[in-house]
Amino acid sequence: MSDRVFGLVGLVIAIGYAWAALSIEESFLSDAVGPKAFPLIIAAVVGLSSVVIIIKPDAAPQWPSFGRFAEVGFAILVLILYALLLPELGFVIATALAATYLTWRLGTAPIASIVSGSLTSLGIYVVFHQVLGLSLAKGVFGF
Amino acid sequence: MDIFASLADGFAIALTMENLLLALLGCFLGTMMGAMPGLGPSNGVAILIPLAFTLGLGATPSLILLTSVYYGAMYGGRISSILLNIPGDEPAMMTCLDGYPMAKNGRAGEALSLSGIASFVGAFLATWGLIFLAPQLVKIALLFGPAEYFALFTLAFATLGGVASSNQAKTAFAAAIGIGLATVGVDTQTGVPRFTFGEVHLYDGIDFLVAIVGLFALSEVFIFLENRHGEASTGGHKVSVGRLLPSLSVLKQCTPTMLRTSFLGFIAGVLPGAGASLGSFISYTMEKRLVDKKNTFGTGDPRGVAAPEAGNNAAAGGALVPMLALGVPGSGTTAVLLAVLLALNITPGPLLFTQQPDVVWGLIAALFIANFMLLAMNIPMIGLFTRVLLIPPRILMPIVAMVSFVGIYGISGSSFDLLVMIGFGVMGWILRKLDVPLVPIILGTLLGNAMENNLRRAITIDNGNWWTLVDSPLAIILWSLAIIGFLLPIVFGKVVKRRMRMAKDREGAVVD
Repeated sequence: MSDRVFGLVGLVIAIGYAWAALSIEESFLSDAVGPKAFPLIIAAVVGLSSVVIIIKPDAAPQWPSFGRFAEVGFAILVLILYALLLPELGFVIATALAATYLTWRLGTAPIASIVSGSLTSLGIYVVFHQVLGLSLAKGVFGF
Repeated sequence: MDIFASLADGFAIALTMENLLLALLGCFLGTMMGAMPGLGPSNGVAILIPLAFTLGLGATPSLILLTSVYYGAMYGGRISSILLNIPGDEPAMMTCLDGYPMAKNGRAGEALSLSGIASFVGAFLATWGLIFLAPQLVKIALLFGPAEYFALFTLAFATLGGVASSNQAKTAFAAAIGIGLATVGVDTQTGVPRFTFGEVHLYDGIDFLVAIVGLFALSEVFIFLENRHGEASTGGHKVSVGRLLPSLSVLKQCTPTMLRTSFLGFIAGVLPGAGASLGSFISYTMEKRLVDKKNTFGTGDPRGVAAPEAGNNAAAGGALVPMLALGVPGSGTTAVLLAVLLALNITPGPLLFTQQPDVVWGLIAALFIANFMLLAMNIPMIGLFTRVLLIPPRILMPIVAMVSFVGIYGISGSSFDLLVMIGFGVMGWILRKLDVPLVPIILGTLLGNAMENNLRRAITIDNGNWWTLVDSPLAIILWSLAIIGFLLPIVFGKVVKRRMRMAKDREGAVVD
């Protein structure tokens, strides 16, 4: 069943991609093939393989329970927030928060997570910024 | 001889203090990463590419650092196979068969150093094979026109799933998605934007480094979150290592095995679609047939450790031949190395050998150096590396995630790339659940543009005639190979995969 859904999604992607390829505005200066042909071939391959996946699906994988799904969902949300807040909060604070959250959710006790998360952040900051001279996000506090 | 002179030049480039230190660092980091649960060679190199890139290292030093990491991770991967019976990656699966029983018999240290020696022999011989075979392949490759190249790329994708692939539709799907991602951005030939949806960040296309780190490293974090490995299994294992060096008689017993399997593994690595896992599998089964007179394979026979290790490391070296000479990687692990080269603005292929011989021979010298270093480092420091297994993933995985972010942020300094990377991480997680291979996606994003350019060049040269693609005997051969390579696994794939599993189950049953 999972594979059938996956195949359908693939088919939608193929159609969307082909449609987007057809609506590429061609320049007046074009080679014999043009910018559309290759994407259309690729769209055909995506579509065909999706159809095969729908016709001959594999056994369904072990999907996690709803709780675990939510777990991964929240982690994704935290990482998105991290990416957005990084330039505001600066590397050290943002990374400490994100690492603390991940460590905690992977089964560390809360206090230990804060310690581990902060150490992770500071460790990366020292190694990559101070020793190796990589530029990390500065944020409003400058670190 | 010509080759030896070039090789000497290579060593002259590679043997500077800075490069040796980088090689040492790379070998050390690589072995640690290989030993850590959930971090294979591909992940390790993937995380470090953006770092090497942003640190502003030159081409040769970066290559030395990253190939050392790659080789180190191959060495390190076997540590968890032997001590915990958990293969770090697919090629290491066969090492579990005799390695874990040896560890159970109190010969863990011996198994580890023996596998180190076998890896060294395999990789060392394969590097020589690379030196002699690659220039020959370059001569053939110089005959290739754009049409042949297009056929060659198709061949690479068609055989990427390998003989052991169980679902070719999913491999094809993954490859096409990867190529599709590569077409995002401004078209190189006509300058029109494609699939950018007006988003300025997408005009440059999707950076393949973002895709690789997201698909490999970040999806690993999600898998861990889903299963919460931290509580069960790995972490907190106390392993006694026992004596470190195998006795001379054991070494002597294993020498013919190592030589035979190195050769076999190398061939398997050069051929498209075989790769390291098949290399180690064939090596193990062949040795079992040849020397296992007393039925000791599977119960901790040292030759059963030496065979797959020499085989898979030789295959890894062999896989470098098509990657360097043709610019088309034959396996997943070399795809990541291709990413390294492309990130450094080096395009592998026949022209690389003639135009930038210093890069090629510097790389080959780096392979030798990394090999010797790993051998020298691994035997005395085995105890240290086994301690890496004690770091629980609940601490380790957040570090992996954060370092991935650092690397990608370092390239562009924009949150946009981080969001794209998270998107790839989610995609990688879902695709892994559905058993869709990720390597074709990576290879697609790496080679998609070159593939399209060759197609368009071929047809433009022939005034818009599409039949030009099958116009030369060479192209027809490549197309036929591609078709056979794609269809063969549909017939035999399930059988080979089942045999591999059966071999493992049967041997496993003897032990437990």
